[in-house]
Amino acid sequence: MNLGPHADFIVAAYAMTAFAVAALIAWVVLDYGAQRRILGDLEERGVTRRSQRKS
Amino acid sequence: MAVIDLANPTRFLTLANRVLPWLAAATLVLFAIGLFLAMNAPDDYQQGATVKIMFLHVPAAWLGMFGWGLMSVAALGTLVWRHPLADVAGKAAAPIGATFTFICLVTGSLWGRPTWGTYWVWDARLTSMLVLLLLYLGVLALYWTAEEPGRGARAAAILSLVGAVNLPIIKFSVDWWNTLHQPASVFRMGGSTIDPALLRPLLIMAIAFTLLFITLHLAIMRNEILRRRVRSMRLMQAQELAEAT
Repeated sequence: MNLGPHADFIVAAYAMTAFAVAALIAWVVLDYGAQRRILGDLEERGVTRRSQRKS
Repeated sequence: MAVIDLANPTRFLTLANRVLPWLAAATLVLFAIGLFLAMNAPDDYQQGATVKIMFLHVPAAWLGMFGWGLMSVAALGTLVWRHPLADVAGKAAAPIGATFTFICLVTGSLWGRPTWGTYWVWDARLTSMLVLLLLYLGVLALYWTAEEPGRGARAAAILSLVGAVNLPIIKFSVDWWNTLHQPASVFRMGGSTIDPALLRPLLIMAIAFTLLFITLHLAIMRNEILRRRVRSMRLMQAQELAEAT
């Protein structure tokens, strides 16, 4: 594949896009893990939400 | 199950957990096909190989605008019906829309230098797209800095509705003003002006990016619901501690 005289611009565009999307995905995955961990800790300590309590 | 039944956080979490792996797999497959077609697409007779930037730039622009449209609809749900999932949906769309708008601006700039001879001009299309990015950053700042989440959500919903005025300005800027940016060439009266050999990979990449948007939106909504549960449980814990002392 020959990208011609402006190959740098094409490669930079794809690299920037890949970086931005990867950063967003990483944030989502790490945030999911963090929220699950905190919820697990709270449940282990016996903390429940109001809707989970027996009336 | 009726659609309205899904507007319940617990049911939504069950559905998201079930659907997300399939959506992620479909996104990966579509990107593999789209990138293969994009890399093997013929060069443009005027722009040469730089036309390959179009396969990123155009879907990113569409989804940057789509994200704000989604936030505007969600804002109605927040302000009129006060539905908690509407706010969750609006908040989840903001970082994705901001990322796609950023990608659109950066790839447009990198495409502009070899084709126009400049990275940036203050023409109506480019400027209105930059305004969209600033609006996204404003909404994110409102969500992330509000001390009381409900107040932040209402302020963000109002900004989402007011900012929706920018969407037709972006779309029609190339018709209303004399711009360096080209007029619409895909969705226009009389059909697309793009050669099918370039249009095919563009549409596949657009579907792949749209699936990525939907996947990330559901995942961020799931994270936000969990974050609100954590907050509610911490408040309950603090209340119990206060009552005990």
